[in-house]
Amino acid sequence: MSNRGATRSRTRQSTRAPALVVVGAAVGAAVFIVPLVAMAVRAPWVHSWAIVTEPSIRTALRLSLECSLSATAISFVLGVPLAWVQARVDFPGRTLLRAITTLPVVLPPVVGGLALLLALGKNGIIGRYLFDWFSIRLPFSTMGTIIAEAFVSMPFLVLSMEGAFAGADQRYEEAAATLGASRSAILFRVTLPALRPALIASGVLCWARALGEFGATITFAGNFPGTTQTAPLAVYQAFETDPEAAIILSLLLIAVSLVVLVTLRHRLVTRA
Amino acid sequence: MASTTIAAPATTAVSTNAAPTMLPPATGSINVFAAASLTASFTEIAAAFERANPGAKVTLNFAGSSTLVTQINNGAPADVFASADTANMERLVTSKLIRTTPVIFTKNKPMIVVPKGNPLRVKGLADLGRPEVFVALGAVGVPVGDYSRQILAKAGITVTPKSLESSVTAIVSKAALKEIDAGIVYVTDVAIDDYRVDGIAIPDELNVTATYPIATLAASRNPTAAAAFVAYTQSSATQSILAKYKFLTLK
Repeated sequence: MSNRGATRSRTRQSTRAPALVVVGAAVGAAVFIVPLVAMAVRAPWVHSWAIVTEPSIRTALRLSLECSLSATAISFVLGVPLAWVQARVDFPGRTLLRAITTLPVVLPPVVGGLALLLALGKNGIIGRYLFDWFSIRLPFSTMGTIIAEAFVSMPFLVLSMEGAFAGADQRYEEAAATLGASRSAILFRVTLPALRPALIASGVLCWARALGEFGATITFAGNFPGTTQTAPLAVYQAFETDPEAAIILSLLLIAVSLVVLVTLRHRLVTRA
Repeated sequence: MASTTIAAPATTAVSTNAAPTMLPPATGSINVFAAASLTASFTEIAAAFERANPGAKVTLNFAGSSTLVTQINNGAPADVFASADTANMERLVTSKLIRTTPVIFTKNKPMIVVPKGNPLRVKGLADLGRPEVFVALGAVGVPVGDYSRQILAKAGITVTPKSLESSVTAIVSKAALKEIDAGIVYVTDVAIDDYRVDGIAIPDELNVTATYPIATLAASRNPTAAAAFVAYTQSSATQSILAKYKFLTLK
């Protein structure tokens, strides 16, 4: 315990970097800054309002908002329990489960989309029963888009909430238990309220990832305006037919992501 | 046998087009950007071209014609472009990225594609308008999508597709996986994948003919070999390969 306190102690004064480090850092930063600048320079700013209010673009933005918020809600309902179990319960296969539930973070999303199609498609191992018994057909539906987004974004919530559950001070929970609180009362009235900042931060990160989802969505849910064509898919299509609209829509997505990261990055990095 | 001084490959000697028959053998590498519907046939044609020109190496890039135009417009290193419609070729002509005047090298016919066994008993265009039939079409600008919309307009049928795909091959794959119930692709796509999809012919009076132009690109680093490849698509060797894949050969 005392050791842990020592490593956390702050030694955060500004230092002078060696020249080689400065050069590397400058080039490294340019890798990220130059594309953003290029986009801002090439953007048809005078038409930006007309583009954003175009019916097809508005439809894509509205669908993106609805789907990403729904995917975040699903991720909370399923991801928080998953994170709790992975953090607090010791069971055989925990390491493997942790790896599997983190897989979409590093997996090419198109692979995830293909896997979803084989599982939940009309002919998929589960999807065929959904179709035969309930006439539910997830591919090419808005629900399919939401599932694809949840598949890709939930791991971000699980990852950061697992860290939060593992790092939380359990003495409060123990105190509550000695006072006779039930396990679910402890969870909802002690553990989760104490982790509210982590819940918000991981939820917003999850939402931002869902908002940017492309590969799994186009593979599993297809691409149709109004039902499955979210803003990133609209960018992809507009790039071929209307590049100016693609740039404006991209800048909008960049702006949202930047606001999220500027506000929350500090919390995400130090919490994990 | 093959002397290096007189080297017109035997296969190019009998071209239907009179002009470029006695080209020297092509050397070096070229990148050929070709419409997705040409995937199987051009793979074979490129191999035949390499055999006829042992110093040449062809690298193929297949995608929807409109995707390829976007790539070329953004500086992708292409030497030859083969499109599934004239509209996409025209976009490159307009932006002055074409070196030589495009020539037509083959034609194709759109066809309805359904999963093997045709579970929803799609019999013709009218069935694509049935609400329970999930239909995928090519997106706007994708040749097969534009042809499909022309056909459906002629037939007076309103179809609300479930998905707009960026290439014809994406539509075929989704039919093969049984995730869509019908789509409009080309006769040649159904012929290649006939073990996993079925095709339903579109009546001639409602159908359109897909025209495939090919051209060398202004930015080509190897214009000689690029021109040789374009000339090769007019040869009887190429035309017989295309015929094998059910393309309509040039008269």
